[in-house]
Amino acid sequence: MIRFDNVTKIYDQNTRPALDKVSLEVDRGDFAFLVGASGSGKSTFIRLVLKEDRATRGSVYVAGQNVANIPSWRVPKLRRGIGVVFQDFRLLPNKTVAGNVAFAMQVIGKSRAMIRETVPEVLKTVGLEGKDHRMPHELSGGEQQRVAIARAIVNKPGILLADEPTGNLDPTTSMGIMKVLDRINQNGTTVVMATHDNVIVNDMRKRVIELVDGVLVRDEAEGIYIGALGDSK
Amino acid sequence: MRLAFILGEIGSGLRRNLSMVVSVILVTFISLTFVGAAGMLQLQINQMKGYWYDKVQVAVFLCVDTSTAASCASGPVTDEQRAEIKNTLDSPAVAQYVDTYLYESQEDALGHFRDQFANSPIVDSVTADQLPESFRVSLVDPEKYEVINEIFSSLPGVEVVVDQREILERVFSVMNIASLVAVSIAAIMIVCAILLIATTIRLSAFSRRRETGIMRLVGASKAVIQLPFVLEGVIAAVIGALLASVTLWAVARFFIGDWLAQQYPDTAFISEGSVLLIAPALILLGTVLAGISSLLTLRRYLKV
Repeated sequence: MIRFDNVTKIYDQNTRPALDKVSLEVDRGDFAFLVGASGSGKSTFIRLVLKEDRATRGSVYVAGQNVANIPSWRVPKLRRGIGVVFQDFRLLPNKTVAGNVAFAMQVIGKSRAMIRETVPEVLKTVGLEGKDHRMPHELSGGEQQRVAIARAIVNKPGILLADEPTGNLDPTTSMGIMKVLDRINQNGTTVVMATHDNVIVNDMRKRVIELVDGVLVRDEAEGIYIGALGDSK
Repeated sequence: MRLAFILGEIGSGLRRNLSMVVSVILVTFISLTFVGAAGMLQLQINQMKGYWYDKVQVAVFLCVDTSTAASCASGPVTDEQRAEIKNTLDSPAVAQYVDTYLYESQEDALGHFRDQFANSPIVDSVTADQLPESFRVSLVDPEKYEVINEIFSSLPGVEVVVDQREILERVFSVMNIASLVAVSIAAIMIVCAILLIATTIRLSAFSRRRETGIMRLVGASKAVIQLPFVLEGVIAAVIGALLASVTLWAVARFFIGDWLAQQYPDTAFISEGSVLLIAPALILLGTVLAGISSLLTLRRYLKV
């Protein structure tokens, strides 16, 4: 589903590369943790998948397509196949929960009938039934992140990228979010989650890909978080 | 669905940026009013040219008692001199340039003078013998005035040869300068309008960067993201153009139609109908200006 082929990303010639000759593959339906300290290249990985940046060297393949070959007018189509969740939720404060989720469908031209049908369904998937008409500021952090997840998956993307989705949440709430992500993964969506939360990683026993200073140092199935390198939480 | 969504985005954008939108409307209104005024002046010049060029003549004024010109040193024109001038007009060398000509006696001249200055007290103090008799010559080609001038200026008994077109040309050149001034002011105002539209769009894009960021992430197309901003600028500019058109119409209707036309009944003025010609051009110009400046702005500030 996602394949990095010897990818190097250099933002500034005078500093070390953000990603240094990274090769990895995430298959369809996988659940992978991307771990590493701040600045280890996790966010760069996500930006390259979304074609927000282009790799300096090497190739990035998403759904079998080399993203370097996707013309700019086709990039929206690429992004429709990828849901993204961030640490800071990024909800629209003046729209209700349902409005925030519906927004993602409206802007790609989905019909009103389809939106009416899909939004409550997705809100149920993330455990927010009955909260359609609440405003984001009336929700807890965990609930806000669930709204963000609902928005990310409402268009049924094949891939869900989560950039430190539990970074602003307490451990109990985080576990709730992880259950939601796990359920989404069970439904067939490929999930890649960047995190440095060792408790979660150790608890889930999923594939762990570790980056240190842009270099891939570890890639193991059912791995654990080894905090010895840099960030020890 | 998508249309309704885009319209909703435009509505909220216009509301959020109301003060900027109002200033865009006013600046385009003023600039396009000047553009339109210049256009109307040109139409008026054409109108007057069409009307007057048929009527203008070369006037060959003959000497009277009070003439001071060197050619009139021998006193008022004599009957022989008058006959000689008439013969020259009829001669084949001159007749080829002449369409028609008319002799205007001093009595006729007084009559025309009285008509022309009917409202002025000067009428009572003017007598026929103060006004020169003249031949009014219509030329086949008004541009050939110089030929007539050369032939008749030197004839005895002729005081002066006047090309009436020249008087009109002077009026037209004043009007041309006025329309040039209007265009220059319009050009400056248009630059203001373009910059203001660019700033407004930039502010609008900035205040909605959260929305546009999410739109990018979920894969909204470039058109859906950018169109609301472009249309915001275009709508404001079109409202400005409409205001300018209404203003020009009012000027044509009430100032020119009701007032000027009555002050100068013998002049052909453009009617408010001519605004129908100018208004679509103004609206088009406004649309293009706003469209181009917002597209250029978005290219820099709203990457997709």
